[in-house]
Amino acid sequence: MMINIVTALISGLLMGAGLVISGMTSPDKVLGFLDITGFWDPTLMLVMGGAILVNLPATWLILKRQQPANAEHFHLPERTTVDKPLVLGTALFGIGWGIAGICPGPAVTSLLSGSADIILFFLAMIAGFRLHKATSLLAR
Amino acid sequence: MMPWTEIFNFTPLQGLAGGILLGLGAALLLLSNGRIAGFSGIISNLTNSDRSWRLAFLAGALISGTVLHRVLDLPAADSQLPASGLIIAGLLVGFGTSLGNGCTSGHGICGLSRFSLRSLVAVMVFMVSAMVTVYFMRHM
Repeated sequence: MMINIVTALISGLLMGAGLVISGMTSPDKVLGFLDITGFWDPTLMLVMGGAILVNLPATWLILKRQQPANAEHFHLPERTTVDKPLVLGTALFGIGWGIAGICPGPAVTSLLSGSADIILFFLAMIAGFRLHKATSLLAR
Repeated sequence: MMPWTEIFNFTPLQGLAGGILLGLGAALLLLSNGRIAGFSGIISNLTNSDRSWRLAFLAGALISGTVLHRVLDLPAADSQLPASGLIIAGLLVGFGTSLGNGCTSGHGICGLSRFSLRSLVAVMVFMVSAMVTVYFMRHM
């Protein structure tokens, strides 16, 4: 549906703007938050806090609906229990995030900001997605 | 005693403003499309058949990110890492978020907002593993 493409575009515009305005597209600023034993920059906590402040009541209201405004049903994750892949995967993600100070949102948002570093990181991240999909196919 | 020595580079208003935009964007995608606004999942599922809304979302983030970066005259999001470090970090972020089903946006903003136990565990694990990684990289 056309409307879904427009709303996805607007959602992306809002989130990209949020990442830039909050400073989260700067790897140094993110690392300044993660480095709690040095000079600490708590900004990321307010970014996540501000996002949840808006999104938590909104999500609660939205999920009371029978269906989304422009789709047949909600696409929510089916798994609800904590398992090994969740813990291992998020631990590996945290290591990568801690090395570079870049996570997937800022990697997309900064892609054309004029940094070759981001492009290299982005390509390696895509390779990481592929690698996981390939190994999970093998494991089946 | 707090573990940090001094608060540094803290930008609370920009962080909060950016966070609110992130929350609004995520709420819009859930309300209209019934989808979770998680960057890692949206990028890694671009090869699925249902790709037009994903492309629109990523295009939105790329457009507002690029334009705001120019307007605010921000420096390129360069890293202090060598290429090998960026590649390792990117691979870990890609593989880890694919295995762990989410990143800072999907688990952090959307998951916590709908009281997902998996997301709560994910956020705690990637925060701790990233902080430990930064500690090793900067202080050991």
